[in-house]
Parts: sequence; C-alpha cells; structure tokens
Amino acid sequence: MEDIDAIAVLQDPVRRRLYEYVVAQGREVGRNEAAEGAAVARTLAAHHLDRLTEAGLLESGSRRLTGRSGPGAGRPAKVYTRARAEHAVSLPARDYRTAAELLAGAAESAGVDLALQEAARRRGEALRGAGAPCGDLDRAMELLAARGYEPYPVRGEQANEDDGDGGDDGDDGAATAVRMRNCPFHAVAEQFPPLVCGMNLALLEGLLGTDGPVRARMDARPGECCVVVEASKNNDD
Amino acid sequence: MTSSRPAHPALHDQPAQLAQLNLATLLHPIDDPRIAPFVELLDPVNAAADGAPGFVWRLVEDGTDDATGLRPAGADVIVNLSVWENHEALWEFAYRSGHLEAMRRRREWFARHVEAHLVLWWVPAGHRPDVGEALERLAHLRAHGPSPRAFTFASAFSAEEARSLTG
Repeated sequence: MEDIDAIAVLQDPVRRRLYEYVVAQGREVGRNEAAEGAAVARTLAAHHLDRLTEAGLLESGSRRLTGRSGPGAGRPAKVYTRARAEHAVSLPARDYRTAAELLAGAAESAGVDLALQEAARRRGEALRGAGAPCGDLDRAMELLAARGYEPYPVRGEQANEDDGDGGDDGDDGAATAVRMRNCPFHAVAEQFPPLVCGMNLALLEGLLGTDGPVRARMDARPGECCVVVEASKNNDD
Repeated sequence: MTSSRPAHPALHDQPAQLAQLNLATLLHPIDDPRIAPFVELLDPVNAAADGAPGFVWRLVEDGTDDATGLRPAGADVIVNLSVWENHEALWEFAYRSGHLEAMRRRREWFARHVEAHLVLWWVPAGHRPDVGEALERLAHLRAHGPSPRAFTFASAFSAEEARSLTG
C-alpha cells in the first residue's frame, strides 16, 4: 500500500479516533479498551482496528489476559500498537529527509555540533516569540504537542520511573515532569544521535526557556524522545 | 561428509560478543576545570554501563574505576574498551541512556577526529580484548574501511559474516 492510500484510511472519523486513541496510550491496546476510548461498539472497533492494521498504520498481536493460561484460559486477546513505519505525503513531491540526512552527515564529519545547537536554540527562541519562558508543565505539554512530540505527564518523585501507563488517568498527584513518546527527528536522530539529540535539546531549551519555571534536560531512554521537561527545583530562592 | 558437525565446532558453537573501542582526544588535561563536567559524568555513566542490559565487560585501570588513566594511543587520548552481548545492547546504552548526555557535549571536551575513532568487532564469548588487539582493529578499519573484521555502527557486520572470514 502506498503512503497516500494508508493515510487515506484515516479519513473515516471512527478509524481516526481509534488510531489516535491507540497511539496516545503508548502500549498494547485491546479491542474493548479501544472501543471504549473511541466511544464506539466493540464489533465496529474490531473491524476498523483490523482495517488500520491492513493499511500498515497499526500492528496487531495477541496476548493472554493477565493471570490466566493453559486450558480454560480462553483465546488470547487481540492487541494493537502503532506500526513503526513512517508515512508521509508531499504534494508536489519533496524529499527533505534526504537533505536532512546529507546535511547531518556533513555536520557530523565537520564536528559542528555546537554551531548546530546554537542555531537550534535561536530557532526555539524564535518559535517562542517575545514571550516569557514557558510558565508551567501544562503549557509545556501544549507547546510540545503542537510540535508533534506526543507529550505525557509523569507524576511522583521519580521522573525516571517506568510506570508504563503514561500516568494520564486516575491519579490525583500533580505532574512533576513531562516525557515525550515521539521524536520528530527520528530517522536522523537514529543515524546521528549525539548531533541530532543535542540539536533537539537546544531547540526545546529555546522554546521553553532555560531560566523559567520549567526546564528541558537530556534523559535518554529506549523508545522515546531523549529529553524530559521538569518543573524547576530552584523556585524558592 | 560423514558428520554433520561443522569443521570448527569450538568456533562455530561459541556465541559471539561485540567488542568496542573508542578513542577521544582531550582538548585540555583531564584535571583542567574545562574537563571537569566530563569527569563528573564518569562514575554515573560507568555505573550505568555496568548495569545496562547486555553489558559484559569494560577495561579499567588497576586500582581505579575507569580507563581514563591509560593512554595507549597518545598522551592526550583516552580510550574506552568494552564488550557487549550484541550490537543492540551497545547502541541502546551508547545513545539511549545517561551516556548520551556525555556524547552530546563531546565537542566541548574532545578534538574532532579526522580518521575513524570508533571500531566494533566480534570476539568469542568470554574473550577479553586487550588494548593492542583493539588498536589493531582500529588500524584495520582506518586502512581498509568497514569489513567483518572491523566495522562501525553505520556499517555493521554480523558475527556470521565475521566467522566466514576465519572458518
């Protein structure tokens, strides 16, 4: 299936809601949960989830529900996650990815990390405009979401804690940090991690400010953006 | 063939592990204040390596916790020599752990290398490469480009490809 056909599958509003729900969880999602999340009947959700899988937008697997195995445990439940493949359509045809890979390769060879970080910081500041540094984590979530980072709040003392549920429901504690599921620069970041992740951090430092109530800091972990945004600790001096 | 056993059973039965050598040329002496932020990262990053999934071994100088005092490739060149279970384990540690922060700031502390400064190669499980072996692999990479004998992340070869050289 070509990218334009895969993307066209999302034109159906139910499918799009299901896709967005599954993506936002950052983990395997069963049919019942997806149906509930998108507020549609289970059989309709199942049909559309499989269409999304056929289109290559989701991947499906099967998993036995917790704690049961062997005869009598029933059939494994079908679960869905976002597919790793990227889909993009540009009309007319453009190829910024090749340009980005070539430029990043040249920057890596030339060792111009610091110049790139400076350019990224200035771009971040320009995106922020004349405004003050980002005021709080909620506003940081909005800014990051608008740039495609798919942010989610992390609650509790330990921002590094891998709680796996994204912490976005059923918890009364205030968020102490924001992590991001998506790296907007994924393909080049995988090829030139120090160069591109350093660029990304500088961009976010410019966007959020470095002397305000929230701070971006590098805290790489598998499968996510390498940056964490935290409430600054030095507000009381 | 009267037997299905491979010609070199010991070699072929042994799982391979991935060795890694990295050279970094300090811009200033290691006790210079401009290098202090790097030195501060040594202990936490080395501890992260020791606890990382797929970590096997890393070179340390006798009586210390790291290898920064060893200078086998030049007075201002520090070496990093380690063994991992596979390519993915090393990649995840290098670029998806606290180590990335040290990588991000590399240009503040280290000179840019014109020649290759990182080399990967396969070793039999349990083998601990010494610095001489590691520098020989780096020299091979520099002289001949990436091959199953000495390669990089961007041009990785499998253990099978490396075995076919000697098998």
